Amino acid sequence: MSAYEPVIGVEIHVQLSTRTKMFCGCELSFGDPPNTHTCPVCLAHPGVLPVVNEEAVRRALLIGVALGCEVAPRSIFHRKNYFYPDLPKAYQISQFDIPICGRGEFIAIRDDGSEIRVGITRAHLEEDAAKLTHAGGRRVGAAGSVVDFNRGGTPLVEIVTEPDLRSASDAAVFLRQLRQTLLFLGVSDCSMEEGSMRADANVSIRPVGADQFGTKTELKNMNSFRFLERGIDAEIARQTAILGSGGQVTQETVHFEPETGAITSLRSKEESHDYRYFPEPDLVPLAPDPSWVAELRAGLPELPLPLRRRMVDEMGLTTEDAEVLTDSPALVAYFMEVAAAVDPKAAANWIRGELRAQLREAGQDPWESTVTPARMAALVGLVESGAVSVPAAKEVLAEVISSGTEPADVVEAKGLGQISDEDELAAIVAEIVAANPVQAQQLRDGKDKVIGFFVGKAMAQTGGRADPQAVQRLVRAAVLGQ
Amino acid sequence: MIDDSTVHHVARLARLRLAPDEEHVMGEELSGILEHIDVIRGMDVEGVPPTTHVIALENVLRPDEPRPGLSRDDALREARHVVDDGFGVPRMD
Amino acid sequence: MSLRDLTAAEQVAALAAGKVTSLELVDAHLAAVASDEVGAFLAVDPDRARARAREIDALPERPPLGGVPIGIKDALSTRDLVTTAGSRMLEGFRPVYTATCVQRLEDAGAIVVGKTNMDEFAMGSSTENSAYHPTRNPWDHTRVPGGSSGGSAAAVAQRQVPWSLGSDTGGSIRQPAALCGIVGMKPTYGAISRYGLIAFASSLDQVGPFARTVRDAALLLRHMVGRDPMDSTSLDMPEAIALPVASDLRGLRVGVVDELMGEGVEPGVRDAVGYALRMVEALGGTVVPVSLPTTPLGLATYYVLAPAECSSNLARFDGVRYGPVVDDDTLLDQYERTRGELFGPEVRRRIMLGTFALASGYYDQYYGRAQRVRTLIVREFSAAFDQVDLLASPTSPTVAFPLGARTADPYSMYLADVCTIPVSLAGLPAISIPCGLSGGLPVGLQLAGPAFSENRLLGAAHALEQALAFDTLPPGLVT
Ligand SMILES: [Zn+2]
Repeated sequence: MSAYEPVIGVEIHVQLSTRTKMFCGCELSFGDPPNTHTCPVCLAHPGVLPVVNEEAVRRALLIGVALGCEVAPRSIFHRKNYFYPDLPKAYQISQFDIPICGRGEFIAIRDDGSEIRVGITRAHLEEDAAKLTHAGGRRVGAAGSVVDFNRGGTPLVEIVTEPDLRSASDAAVFLRQLRQTLLFLGVSDCSMEEGSMRADANVSIRPVGADQFGTKTELKNMNSFRFLERGIDAEIARQTAILGSGGQVTQETVHFEPETGAITSLRSKEESHDYRYFPEPDLVPLAPDPSWVAELRAGLPELPLPLRRRMVDEMGLTTEDAEVLTDSPALVAYFMEVAAAVDPKAAANWIRGELRAQLREAGQDPWESTVTPARMAALVGLVESGAVSVPAAKEVLAEVISSGTEPADVVEAKGLGQISDEDELAAIVAEIVAANPVQAQQLRDGKDKVIGFFVGKAMAQTGGRADPQAVQRLVRAAVLGQ
Repeated sequence: MIDDSTVHHVARLARLRLAPDEEHVMGEELSGILEHIDVIRGMDVEGVPPTTHVIALENVLRPDEPRPGLSRDDALREARHVVDDGFGVPRMD
Repeated sequence: MSLRDLTAAEQVAALAAGKVTSLELVDAHLAAVASDEVGAFLAVDPDRARARAREIDALPERPPLGGVPIGIKDALSTRDLVTTAGSRMLEGFRPVYTATCVQRLEDAGAIVVGKTNMDEFAMGSSTENSAYHPTRNPWDHTRVPGGSSGGSAAAVAQRQVPWSLGSDTGGSIRQPAALCGIVGMKPTYGAISRYGLIAFASSLDQVGPFARTVRDAALLLRHMVGRDPMDSTSLDMPEAIALPVASDLRGLRVGVVDELMGEGVEPGVRDAVGYALRMVEALGGTVVPVSLPTTPLGLATYYVLAPAECSSNLARFDGVRYGPVVDDDTLLDQYERTRGELFGPEVRRRIMLGTFALASGYYDQYYGRAQRVRTLIVREFSAAFDQVDLLASPTSPTVAFPLGARTADPYSMYLADVCTIPVSLAGLPAISIPCGLSGGLPVGLQLAGPAFSENRLLGAAHALEQALAFDTLPPGLVT
């Protein structure tokens, strides 16, 4: 049925996590009481002027450099004029024909390892609007609204892609990986739920093989990757149905209702926009010193995609390990420190598995726990060298988490060192076999699973100090004479 | 030269309510002024760059350091409609 | 002789010498402000001014401006002191902050006695566009004081204050200074912070002084200039503003702009300017004709750029965060009625013109083109200053015109700034000094210099002022 091919481009707004707003010294905040972070500038009082936040420029350049964009030697700000209560000047200071970052490219990797190459059209600096709370519902038909200017003027970078995406799932993969890159750059919190990262998608469809693009619609403001994917799919289906029945897609802004899965027209009766862009006379051009840009390029952190490739190719990790461990820059740093001291694969297993499981109960992240990378490495080292058994190591880990003691000290204090004397272990096994004849018979009858029962008994009797592999071997020897 | 519908469109863009008879007068006045302005349309400006600023400044930047702002009372004190510690506006349909 | 007859510099000196207190000065001027026969003021705060005078009088050491009173154009934001920009749109508005230039003057010991009348949002050349009341010319109460800073000019001519601040976008300081027979100066764009100046056309607006002498203008300017971290387009002067002392013009080359001396300039104005130019030669300077062929396009260029910028700058006035509002049921109705009913006719006209010039399909024909013509004008001035040190022209082609004479035809009002606009487009400093009378009304001479040539300009204006010996006291004014 699908004789149509979707063509998708996205526009991503990223709130920069600077200390102050884009054009004034008001501190950024989240969740503070309304209108407690304002000044004459961000309230657009008569006579005020904007002054550009240097850190916002630095972060925009960092994004541009990371996305391989051409950095404009000289870019300027424009005013985008329109009336809305969340826009106090009735113009947004943005960039228009000469953005700070021009063409670039981002390569995302699908689960099957194949590449999605997405052209970056531009990335530019602008300011965010204030928060508008509609008293009687979210959109048209509301009874009235209240404006809170705390968020108004937050620095934003808008990243615009070429229409290079061909499916909703590709769009979601691209956005997830772009988000991760931005997190690694440390430029934004990138929280879709809190609105510090917002994505709009331009969606059109065309007959497979056609050169020309169809009429596109703009799918607005989806606040999770899942909704984004579902929204794009729903819009593709809607357009396919329209074209399939001989109709025409109208260029408009649409909205996805996650509850019903329906696409609704957002501003059908709104007049066509005429933003009357013109160069902002209150600001002077940005001409970043090439040495500044070079410095930012040289100081870029290792970004998630190349890092994952290196983890798999050079460190012996699985693709899944690499994906989990590159979840955040802090986790990467933690892992890298542990992996520098012990076998990276063992480090990956312990961090991904037991460490995260035990810390989850405490609601902690590894890098903020008492299990420093040095302690984690010491523990993995103890297991690797055979000094403690895996079950004992798990107990040691719990103790390190609760008391912050060094793993070696815990082992010593609790006597958790592995029993390495074969004879001692054989005696214990003999005792257990003798005390449990029924299970011994089952083992003889070929019920191999019952071996776990003996291992458990041995571990209980030794306080976890027995090497489970050795216990298995000794049980088989004692019962089956192998 | 500037007809009533253009005046109406521009007035809407500018959010200025003009009475219907005012719209017509405005159109005539603007047309009159534009006749004088039209002399610049005859100028040859091929290859001449636009001037946005007469001063040759670049990279005027502010350090990312917080500055004291307004108390909420000061922020709201000149507003006519304060609702829930915010600025109240009517419905938007 | 009244205290009001002292120039600002003389008042500073009298204060320093202990001959007078700031409170005595403030009271003497407040009395004239209270009677306000010419309608120069919109808001007066006697209590605050007197309290501040007492504070300064009690200081162990007087600040540089000693406690001398000043009037401030209502386009400048003054904390807690009602600031309307001459508009109903800001009726009763009490700003939460003070403009940088005003703050600097207050810090230097100037005392703000009140806010002066102006054309609404500085759009006009007669102060008749004030939403509150017109201001009369102290030389002839049936005539306009010029504009848009007409209140500030009239207040100084009327000796209600020894000096005042205005703002100049296309001539709004120089033209009323000329019409009121006083000194008015527009500094180089960027010399004085615009932070707190209610924007009309951001790429042109500059604050500047009005005074009865060039020296006073220099003294006021000295305490305002310099980069302000709140204004990205402000910068430091290459040298401090000096108090002018020159008594001759030896070696100075003055170019007379042909295009600004011809058609449209009243004979009486041409005569007075001619007299001043002969005085330039008498003082040892040389006078040569200069041609700036693109300047006749200045007016048209300006009337694209300034309205375009104003349409955007004035978009923030919507009744939501400050100022009056015309309540209605929907946002669109409330916006349109608030703006439609509270902006006056000239402001509405300029917003319409500017919105049109920026609108899709017209931008390249109007705004884009005007910006390019502006480049040509900038280049012509630059080339002229390779040949001469200063340029001279009439400030206004006419003397003060009768109230109501030009209100019916917007374009006739625009012509009042034909001589001042080209200099504004080039962002250059210019001063207007009185150079004689025509029919009993003052005529202004405009001198313009290259960017940041304020000291040269003030020096020449001072020497010429001494030689011209113009009496700034309007006939019939009893202080
Ligand atoms: Zn602010």
